[in-house]
Amino acid sequence: MATTVTTSAEGKTWGGGKEPMGISYGKMMMWFFIVSDALTFSGFLAAYGFSRFKFIETWPLADEVFTHFPFMHGVSAPMYYVAFMTFVLIFSSVTMVLAVDAGHQMKKNKVILYMFLTIIGGFIFVGSQAWEWKNFIKGEYGAVETKGGSILQFIDKDGKRIALGEFAADIPSERVADTKSKGIWFFGNETLPTYSVEEVVEGFKAHPEVLIRTEVIDPKTKKKITLSREESLKRIEGTQYVVEGANLIRNEYGQKLFADFFFFITGFHGFHVFSGVMINVLIFFNILLGTYDKRKSYEMVEKVGLYWHFVDLVWVFVFTFFYLV
Amino acid sequence: MSHEHASNVGRIWKVFGLLSIITIVEVILGIVKPEVLQFNTFLSMGLLNWIFIILTVYKAYWIMWAFMHLEGEAASLRWAVVGTLVFLIIYLVFILLVEADYIFEIFKNSTIKWNF
Repeated sequence: MATTVTTSAEGKTWGGGKEPMGISYGKMMMWFFIVSDALTFSGFLAAYGFSRFKFIETWPLADEVFTHFPFMHGVSAPMYYVAFMTFVLIFSSVTMVLAVDAGHQMKKNKVILYMFLTIIGGFIFVGSQAWEWKNFIKGEYGAVETKGGSILQFIDKDGKRIALGEFAADIPSERVADTKSKGIWFFGNETLPTYSVEEVVEGFKAHPEVLIRTEVIDPKTKKKITLSREESLKRIEGTQYVVEGANLIRNEYGQKLFADFFFFITGFHGFHVFSGVMINVLIFFNILLGTYDKRKSYEMVEKVGLYWHFVDLVWVFVFTFFYLV
Repeated sequence: MSHEHASNVGRIWKVFGLLSIITIVEVILGIVKPEVLQFNTFLSMGLLNWIFIILTVYKAYWIMWAFMHLEGEAASLRWAVVGTLVFLIIYLVFILLVEADYIFEIFKNSTIKWNF
């Protein structure tokens, strides 16, 4: 039966030492996942670009939004914190390659050390992101939204942003947030902002030094356009909401979609980092137990390493398109 | 392919240094925003944004080549990964951004003002 004789293991893919594309099954599946996940993130970032180009004249300026740095209250420190986060992630990527490298040489203790550092880096990054979210949600100055949906921010004569609390009038009134304990049923309402629309409008009229800054970017200066006092008084009449901080419906920074994309894309990335840390912890315990030592191969570390670098790779793009460009 | 088992530690730190320097340059440019770069455009995009995007892609290249070890993989795998991504992403971004710019013009120049 000459036809059935096989002289080699050619028929068996991944059998007999044959590997398509010269890569093991597990690593190839990780690459499949990474390519598809990269396309998912590209879809999100491209959608962000779409919305941004659509509202290119009114999009918030990142260095006015992300200005916080720990223990430095009231100091405008754009970029520094997110630069720190970027370094944390790059560094944890480095410790991950070092772990893979030590794995190639079967040095168990070194792999343990580097995996541990990688996990710590991941936790610091996730924690930093939570802090960034907290500041974003809380907001700093507050703004008002007009009937037409634009956000108006307030500045003083020198062009410095001022918070609503600095000029809002104090008008005693009944503003009660409905709760279940106050009625059998009610129409759901939103959390009440610190100041009512009347308080902000009256306070604005009583303080002649306060001006309104629109969300429109002047193409000549790349700064937001400020209105004169007369124009400001006209504009304030259209106030419909007082906006403090950010949620999925409106935010004090400007375009509504800005906060939505920020929450969605950095949230999705943060979820990836968190999953990555969990998988790293799992692998870390396997290394401690000596599983890979017995297997005589640390390839599992390489596979989670690929995922971890991918998370870093995505952050490089998120960093550019949310904070730099 | 052959993964040489010699230690690459020196090279890893070199790549880390490179990535750090690029990040620092990006952050400095992001804070200073030199006017020459901000207000001069090439293909209707500011030079500063071109620099940011090129540096980002350069960083991505080093992460994928050195850290994810694509440089040591077979050419077929490299093409399968990079070719697919580059083609699809450029395609998607091109279509979406051109369309978004068109919608921007409509909002700006016609009576439609609905902000959605």
